[in-house]
Amino acid sequence: MDLKDKLISSFMAFENNVDIEHPVHDVRTEAMKNFERKGFPSKKEEAWKYTSLNSLQKIDFSIFPREENTLEYKNVKKYFLHEVDSYKIVFVDGIYSSYLSETTHDGVDICLMSAALTKPMYRPVIDVYFNKVASKDESLTSLNTAFSREGAYIYIPKNKMPKKPIEIIHFATGNEASLLLQPRNLVIAEENAEVQIIERHQSLTSNEVLTNSVTEIFAAKSAIVDYYKIQNDAPSASLIDNTYIDQKDKSVVKVHTFSFGGKLTRNNLNFYQNGEYIDSTMKGVTILGDKQHVDHHTLVHHIEPNCESHQDYKGIYGDNSTGVFNGKIIVDKIAQKTNAFQQNNNILVSDKATINTKPQLEIFADDVKCSHGCTIGQLDEDALFYLQSRGIPKKEARALLMYAFANNVLESVRIPELKTRINKLIAKKLGVNLGFDL
Amino acid sequence: MLKIENLHARVEDKEILKGINLEVKAGEVHAIMGPNGSGKSTLASVIAGKEEFEVTEGSVQLEGEDLEETSPEERAHKGVFLSFQYPVEIPGVSVTNFMKTAINESRKAKGLADMPANEMLKMIREKSELLEIDRKFLSRSLNEGFSGGEKKRNEIFQMAMLEPKLAILDETDSGLDIDALRIVANGVNKLKSKDNAVIVITHYQRLLDYIVPDFVHVLHNGKIVKSGGKELALELEEKGYDWLKQEAAV
Repeated sequence: MDLKDKLISSFMAFENNVDIEHPVHDVRTEAMKNFERKGFPSKKEEAWKYTSLNSLQKIDFSIFPREENTLEYKNVKKYFLHEVDSYKIVFVDGIYSSYLSETTHDGVDICLMSAALTKPMYRPVIDVYFNKVASKDESLTSLNTAFSREGAYIYIPKNKMPKKPIEIIHFATGNEASLLLQPRNLVIAEENAEVQIIERHQSLTSNEVLTNSVTEIFAAKSAIVDYYKIQNDAPSASLIDNTYIDQKDKSVVKVHTFSFGGKLTRNNLNFYQNGEYIDSTMKGVTILGDKQHVDHHTLVHHIEPNCESHQDYKGIYGDNSTGVFNGKIIVDKIAQKTNAFQQNNNILVSDKATINTKPQLEIFADDVKCSHGCTIGQLDEDALFYLQSRGIPKKEARALLMYAFANNVLESVRIPELKTRINKLIAKKLGVNLGFDL
Repeated sequence: MLKIENLHARVEDKEILKGINLEVKAGEVHAIMGPNGSGKSTLASVIAGKEEFEVTEGSVQLEGEDLEETSPEERAHKGVFLSFQYPVEIPGVSVTNFMKTAINESRKAKGLADMPANEMLKMIREKSELLEIDRKFLSRSLNEGFSGGEKKRNEIFQMAMLEPKLAILDETDSGLDIDALRIVANGVNKLKSKDNAVIVITHYQRLLDYIVPDFVHVLHNGKIVKSGGKELALELEEKGYDWLKQEAAV
C-alpha cells in the first residue's frame, strides 16, 4: 500500500479517536477530500519542480505512534535554549510530554492544540481562527488539517506579552521504525500583543522521521510576533513546514529560518497582509553538506497599501547538497506605496552542490518599490587576501568569511542567547575554530 | 630588511611592474609616490603576496629570504604588514575577536601557545589608546559601517597589535581629515624603531609632513624613475609629476 492509500485508510481509524460532532471535524473531512483528490505533489508541479517526495512516499511510516515515550531532561537539555528561562511545549513522538513542558494560563494561553480543539471554552477562538489562513487547496496542508489534533496553541490577549520566550520542540525517539508526525500549531497575538517563539524538530535516532507541520499565525493590529525556526535535525529526518501568517494594520511579524540539518526540508512560508502599515520580515540562513536538500518557498501577498516586506536568505552549499529559493511577491492593484525587498545570496563551496533560485514578482500596482536580487558565487578573493595578510591561513580565512556572510542575517534576532546559539551552530556547521569564544 | 631586485609582475596579460629595484633597511622610512596607475598598489600587493599577481622576473627578499613561494599568511607571520587602501568588511566578527584570531594564528605558526587573555586585553588597551580608539569601537563588527577615517585608523591599530617588521601603508592618508591624519601618523611614528621599517605609499606630500621619510621614490609606468631624500616630495608637490614623466621618456 502506498503512503497516500495508507493515510486515507488511517483517517477512518483517526475518526474513532476524535469528536466527530465537533465543527472542526467538518473542516478535517473537507481537507481529507482535498488530499484524496490531489495526493502528494509531484515534480510536474512548478512549485515542486526541484523537490521530490517520491522516495519518502515509499517508506512505510507509522501514522500514529503506538505508545507514549519518555525522555530524561538531562539527555535532551542541549536542544532547549536552556541559558534563559522559557515556556516549553514539548512533544515526544507526537505526544505531549507534560514532564518536559512548562505551559501557562496566567493571562496568556500557552498550551495544547488538543485542548483548544476539544474544550468548549476555546470554541469562540477556534471558530474564528482555526484553518482560516491555512490553504484549503494545497494538498499537504490539507493532509495536516485532516489529521489535526495536537500541537501548540498560543493565545496572547490584547496588550499582553508573555514574560519569556516560548519553545515548541518535537522529539522523535526512534521507537517506531519510521514515523510520520503532523503537528498543528495556532498562534494568535491580539491587538498590541507581543510574543517570541522558537520552534525545533529534533530526531534522536537514525530511523526515518517525516514531519508535515502546519502553523497558523494571526497578528492583530500593532501586534509583534518573532518566530524562529531551528532546522538542525538528524540526517534521516525530513520536514515539510507550512506556515501561514495573517497580519493586520501596523503588525510586525519576523520569521527566521535556520536550516542546517535534516535530509529533506521544505519550507512554505506564506504572508498575507490584510491591513496597512504592516511589516513582514523573512530571514534565512542555510548551510548544507552531504546530500542534504532544502527548499525555501516564500510568498508575500501585499493586499493593502503602505506595507513593507523584507526577505533576506543566505545559503552556503557544500558536498552534494541542493538548495532552492523561490520567492513570490504579489502586489495587488490597490496596494500602492508597497515596499518589497527580496535578497537571496548563495555561496557554492563544492563543484557538486546546486542552488536553484527564482524571484517571482507579480505587481499590479504602479506606485511601488520592489527590489530583488540573487547571487550565486564563490568567496571574494580580495576579502580572502585581506584576512591572509593578517596571518590567518587560507582555510580558516575561508571559514571566517563564510561565517561573516551567514552572520549578516542574525542582526534582527532579538533573543541574545539564541543569537549566540545560532552563531555557534554556524561556526560548528562550517567546521571552523574561530579562535575566539562566541 | 627588504630587497627587491628587477621585479616584474603582471595581472593576466598586463605587465604592471617592469623592473623595480628597492632596498629598505631596518629603521628606515621610504615613501613611494607616483601618479595614478603607476603601479604603487600593485607593488604593495606583490610584497604582501597577493596571488592574483604573477611575478615573471626578479625577486622580493625579506631578511635575505626569497618570498617567491611564500603565501600571504606566511609573509604576515614573518613580519610583513599591509595597511589596505580599501579594508574589507567582516560582519559578525568584532575588531577584538579578529585581532585575537590574527595574533593567535601567527603565534601558532611560530609554535607558541595562544596569548593569555589578560595579556591580550592589556595589549588591546595600550594600542587602542595610542590610536585614540574608543573601547566601544572594538566590539563593533570589523570595518562594517566604519567611516573612511575609522577604517584607516583601524588598519593602523591592527599594525600596532601585530608589531610587524615591515609595514606597508597603502594610501593610508586617503579619506582622512587633518585630525585623523595626525592621529594615524602619530601612531605610526610611535611604532617606529631601529628594528622595523615602513613603506609609505601615497599620492600626496601631505602625509609626509607627519611621517617624515628617509627616502622618496617616484614610480612611473612600473619603474622607479627617481629617488631622493625627503626634499624630493616637496619638489613633486610643487612641480607635479609631468617633468618626471618627460625625463623618464628621454
